[in-house]
Amino acid sequence: MEKFGYAQSQKFDTYASRLMPRKEYFTSGHRACQGCGEALAVRWVTKAIGEDAVIAHATGCMEIVSSGMPQTAWMHPWIHVAFENTAAVASGLETGYRILVRKGKLDAIPKVVAMAGDGGTTDIGLQALSGALERGHNFTYICWDNEAYMNTGIQRSSSTPYGAMTTTSPPGKLSIGQATQKKNMVAIAVAHGIPYVATACPSYLFDLYFKVRKAIETPGPAYIHILSVCPTGWRSATELSVRLGRLAVETGVFPLYEVENGRYRLTVEPPKLRPVNDYLKPQGRFRHLRDKERAFIQRYTLAAYQLLLDKCGAPYPEFPVISETEEESE
Amino acid sequence: MAHRVGMEVSIAVSHAVQMARAEAIAAYPITPQTHIVEHLSSMVANGELEAEFLNVESEHSAMSACIGMSASGARTYTATSSQGLALMYEILFIASAMRFPIVMTVANRALSGPLNIWNDHGDIMAARDIGWIQIFVENGQESYDHTIMAFKIAENHKVLLPTIINMDGFILTHVVEAQEFLEQKQVDKFLPPYHPRFTMDPKRPMTMGAFAMPEMYTEVKYAHQVALTNSYEHILKVWKEYGDLSGRYYHPVERYKTEGAKVLLLIMGSLGEVAEVAVDELREAGEPVGLLKPRLWRPFPFEDLRAAVNGAELVIVCDRALSLGGAAGPVLAEMRSALYPLAEKPAVLGYTVGLGGRDIQPSTFKDIIRLAREELAQGPSQEFHIFGVRG
Amino acid sequence: MSKPMDQYTWQEIEIGGVLTEPGNAREYNTGDWRSQHPVWTKSRCIKCGVCWTVCPEAGISEEPGGYFDMNMYCKGCGICAKECVTGCIAMVPEEE
Repeated sequence: MEKFGYAQSQKFDTYASRLMPRKEYFTSGHRACQGCGEALAVRWVTKAIGEDAVIAHATGCMEIVSSGMPQTAWMHPWIHVAFENTAAVASGLETGYRILVRKGKLDAIPKVVAMAGDGGTTDIGLQALSGALERGHNFTYICWDNEAYMNTGIQRSSSTPYGAMTTTSPPGKLSIGQATQKKNMVAIAVAHGIPYVATACPSYLFDLYFKVRKAIETPGPAYIHILSVCPTGWRSATELSVRLGRLAVETGVFPLYEVENGRYRLTVEPPKLRPVNDYLKPQGRFRHLRDKERAFIQRYTLAAYQLLLDKCGAPYPEFPVISETEEESE
Repeated sequence: MAHRVGMEVSIAVSHAVQMARAEAIAAYPITPQTHIVEHLSSMVANGELEAEFLNVESEHSAMSACIGMSASGARTYTATSSQGLALMYEILFIASAMRFPIVMTVANRALSGPLNIWNDHGDIMAARDIGWIQIFVENGQESYDHTIMAFKIAENHKVLLPTIINMDGFILTHVVEAQEFLEQKQVDKFLPPYHPRFTMDPKRPMTMGAFAMPEMYTEVKYAHQVALTNSYEHILKVWKEYGDLSGRYYHPVERYKTEGAKVLLLIMGSLGEVAEVAVDELREAGEPVGLLKPRLWRPFPFEDLRAAVNGAELVIVCDRALSLGGAAGPVLAEMRSALYPLAEKPAVLGYTVGLGGRDIQPSTFKDIIRLAREELAQGPSQEFHIFGVRG
Repeated sequence: MSKPMDQYTWQEIEIGGVLTEPGNAREYNTGDWRSQHPVWTKSRCIKCGVCWTVCPEAGISEEPGGYFDMNMYCKGCGICAKECVTGCIAMVPEEE
């Protein structure tokens, strides 16, 4: 199974795919790149959302590839306004529905879902998101994290990981690429005291699907941060998009967990963490990193993972051995 | 029976919003709009207004939330001033392009820098191009009346454009005036419940806010221009209907003592009442002076203004805002442009007054008329003048 | 049915630019993009449906009989072949 892309930590009932809903809410014909991990995430998140829902979406890759006049790939009622205000638009929708139901003009409030990329969430969209979370609107916010401003040409965001090449954090004589660590958006969401926060990845489809369902059903604000592999921006082979997402989890770079009313819980627990280089090597955006930086990333990842495990009260898995000079793994 | 009240104009505006049965309000406080949103908030809290009041975390989010509220199908209102209007700037264009009938009160206040909380028209003049219907009011009664009418204008399916009511900050918002309120049942008959054209409805899914390639953008914007221009007749119909109801009739350009006038002052907003005092005194002294008070700013009332200046030799535009580095104050520039096609037209000169809330007396207008006459005698310049600069 | 963009008159565009046909992106054939496509060896296919789940395009459809095959939208990314549980999918170059 390993050879064809399945790790031991994958709790994957092979035939469960057949049980998943068949109706496509993010239709074929969208103009996403070949192998787009974000489009795959949108496809499944919109299926998990299901009927009786409306979507407010930020400017970004998924908005551009799906809503060029006169065509739309969205089956849901869908509104795009601007880049940084998705959470505010969603707040307005939710509020409007509430008064209409109160006045008897509407039977039921549809589920309100806000969607934005990492740019529209962790940077320019942070204020609107913080306001919406603080006000406690009954909505779900999904962040498609492809770790840069991809739609405008791969510029860095505060969600770009340490050492990654982007066009505005290029490696050079004086630079190793992105010099700061990825902003911990999940911790920010948790700090607002909302009932449900989770990370997810379409490589772990059922984990993602049921987390979205849980978020939608949870009264009050819910936030889900989804790792979206971008072969174009990450300079990885198009067929590796699902595999890379899996490697992100298996190396501890992007752990899958949920936080319910402040309580942390790992939802996918690799019994043994792979060396981060397994994740970094297939991506051209890390190609320039020397052993020194890779070792730093390895140490940092393990330290962050341990902190997370402590919060989850989960046992430590087997960790890879760190050496100053990284050996070839695998 | 309509009843007369004496109250702070901000409170009267919030009563107008209440009587118009606004359903969803998203607002962020900024001087001098604060009393409007505070009172609305209080009415909602006491169940006097059946609405949701959303305390958003910035004006940008206020207008964004208003779009969401309008898209859900609720009758939507907000208010702001100055920096708040400037902050919501990018969303203003989007609200009108997406044709959401949001009503907004702008309590006109100077734009920073430097910071200044007092009244001029800098905020709204910087937002001329946003594609909204824009109306100016002069006093408390008009503030009340036009707020109610704004909803009817905006929500007309032949219009479907967001509408701004401009009222002078502090001079109107914080001043107690006598106003005549309509009865609720009169307002209900005049303004039926909002029936949106499109909403975010799972039973009828639509995609709103799709992007337009160069092949389509021009056509979409053309449709917007046509809608804004054509709203003129619908605005006049609403004003006529309200006039029949209340006895107060409003016009795109209000005229004051313009019969036989050779010199016309032109000013928008509450300072029109101060100018009237000057005109009265000058007329008493035998001077053929009159006053024009444009009320409808967008769509621009070209024909009304051309007709109103007919017979005058000199029009003196008193701007309340600047267009730095440009040919003239905003209203002056648009007036000159409007009169350009006429074979016979008066001279048009400009004196910008009352920036940052500087006090204006009737004597100011008399001084301006004197200066304008001197300038005209020397041969008019293309420049505009800021009146009363020391130094 | 949508028309080519440059054929719309301003009157034909809905007020506010609203699009009233959900999912009409299906009119656009993304299959033109691909330079390779997946081929299933049915004898080794276990009809699990994993390929169908991992396609970002919804470019794989179930056939009667329970097997899966690409549809016209496939962009040729190769994820299905990489993720196939039994390895029964091969990516084959498009013939010209």
